[in-house]
Amino acid sequence: MIQRTPWSNALTYTLMVLGFLVLIGPFIVIISGASQTMVQINAVPFNFVPQDQFLVNLKTAWTRANLGTAMLNSFAMAVIVTFGKVALSAMTAFAIVFFRTRLKHVFFWVVFITLMLPLEVRVVPTYSVAADLFQPFKLLIAALTGIEISVDWNLLNSYAGLTLPLVATATGTFLYRQFFLTLPDELAEAARMDGSGPVRFFFDILLPLSRTNMLALTTIMFVYGWNQYLWPLLMVTDPSYTTALMALRSLVPSDNGTPDWNVTLAGSLIIMAPPLLLVAVLQRWFVRGLVSTEK
Amino acid sequence: MADIQIRDVRKSYGKTPTLHGIDLVFASGEFVVILGPSGCGKSTLLRMIAGLEDITSGEIAIDGRVVNKLEPRERGCAMVFQNYALYPHMTVAGNIGYALRVAGVPKAERERRIAETAKIVGLQDYLDRRPAALSGGQRQRVAMARAIIREPKVFLFDEPLSNLDAKLRVSMRAEIRKLHQRLSATSVFVTHDQVEAMTLADRLVVMNRGHVEQVGRPLDIYHRPASTFVASFIGSPAMNLFRTRVEVETATVRLGEAMVDIDPVAAHVLRGRDIIVGIRPEQCKLAAPGEKGIPAIIEFVEELGTGRMVHCDIAGEAFAVAVPEEAEVAAGDRVTLTLPLQQLHFFDSESQKRIELSPVPLPAQPKPAAGLSTLIQPTGVHS
Repeated sequence: MIQRTPWSNALTYTLMVLGFLVLIGPFIVIISGASQTMVQINAVPFNFVPQDQFLVNLKTAWTRANLGTAMLNSFAMAVIVTFGKVALSAMTAFAIVFFRTRLKHVFFWVVFITLMLPLEVRVVPTYSVAADLFQPFKLLIAALTGIEISVDWNLLNSYAGLTLPLVATATGTFLYRQFFLTLPDELAEAARMDGSGPVRFFFDILLPLSRTNMLALTTIMFVYGWNQYLWPLLMVTDPSYTTALMALRSLVPSDNGTPDWNVTLAGSLIIMAPPLLLVAVLQRWFVRGLVSTEK
Repeated sequence: MADIQIRDVRKSYGKTPTLHGIDLVFASGEFVVILGPSGCGKSTLLRMIAGLEDITSGEIAIDGRVVNKLEPRERGCAMVFQNYALYPHMTVAGNIGYALRVAGVPKAERERRIAETAKIVGLQDYLDRRPAALSGGQRQRVAMARAIIREPKVFLFDEPLSNLDAKLRVSMRAEIRKLHQRLSATSVFVTHDQVEAMTLADRLVVMNRGHVEQVGRPLDIYHRPASTFVASFIGSPAMNLFRTRVEVETATVRLGEAMVDIDPVAAHVLRGRDIIVGIRPEQCKLAAPGEKGIPAIIEFVEELGTGRMVHCDIAGEAFAVAVPEEAEVAAGDRVTLTLPLQQLHFFDSESQKRIELSPVPLPAQPKPAAGLSTLIQPTGVHS
């Protein structure tokens, strides 16, 4: 029940303002810090007023961390993860919802279980497979026949290695599944009567209908792909595959180094810009896709 | 144009049988209505003809070709669904033309045929709209246009009017009938609404619990129901039925306190049997003063405009009687009813099947729509 009294209004507004300050605080620190000189930023107490060194700091951060390459890598990674995920989830959900097979439940649960095993949990086995793709088969063959095979194919230091393990998970599948379940069965039947096969139905009917869903998932997945840190750190040894978040680490001053936090903050501002922009643009669909009442 | 043959078709979901051996033949160009209560298997049968449901055993042939293993698109059927099942993201034109697009018909030809079809159903001004911007009746027309444009051999209708309001339902009913006269494709129409069934059908199939109860012309079924189920399902309100025993000496059956005269020949044939006697409310009459009949107490009276439906109580049994407008009746009145003995129907009390004695004389078959409106009140929806 919603009550509207002056007191409860005052209370809710106070809480909301407090929450807003907690959320916006770090941004203010970053923006004002990134525009100060090294001396200004190390002054105590911290000065929240922005200064005039903003562009200088951005430039220093960009060149020092080689952000050009890193941003490009991160962008490539986020885009591949997003597209892979959006496409794969749509197809798995299509298979799970619209096809009747005996193994339907098996498939469903296999997909479902991956939800409980995010990359962080299975990072070691995933790494060992990525480092030697045929390892599981080698073990199997060795166990069965005793023959040892030495084929070497790994995904280390490649975009495939960076993205594939992030694509093959279930989060998006369920978003689609829930949406597909709300569609009346007759829609698929009408398409069948109209002579359209499953593939045609998928592209002509399902994909256009799940547009808001796709945009919501795009938003989530781009941010998710962009923010990956642990996995690239493991996979990448070649500097030309460094991602933005890895590059950010090189901007953090070392223990006895120059404490130029202004550059660090400027760098993090650059790095957070792309996902921020995307969310700003797609926010409308993002909300609609998750609420999913539009018919 | 195609005939449909259904031979010993059965359907079960897991171990539960839902259709128990259906044998039907629909002639080419015929308008067949399958009527039955919810869950009687009528929609399942229709979907099996369409190819949306597997056939557990038996055979369905369309135009002489067994279609059991054919995909829906290869069967030459078009279907109109209860909830229309329009593609929400396509315009009306897109919806109507989708089948042609799938079939790879060139754009110019497609547009010509869309325009043509839209004209048939009166949608030519709405081609650019989305289904969400249409009213229920218009959506129903789109669904029909989508079926028409494929020029199918068979039209299948799965309760297409039940989502419409009462007035629209009546006008759409007339349109479907006109459309059939124009296209004369074999049509199978599933409904639970007996008025729809009576008015539309060339031939009526009454189903109950996965069995076909009766097949025939609507008026034949109305006048000679093959079982108590059909008798009570068709006609509104239902036929009055009462369980009784024949007294052969007096040629009567007992109804409450009174004795009802029956045909002496019938009494002789039926002597000593437990039977169910039925009579339609329209055929019962209020007795003139002094005339002998069955005493009854009026429980309540329904105004129908064209007359009144009087619901009486005869020794605990509910009994409906249709009376003309001018008859002065009120709840609580004691009245006397007469039941004309030629209009009585007899059913076996065990098998519930009709016992055919002297057939009730059939009136000359009038145009269904005109003749029946006085017999059936277009109000009741049985389900």
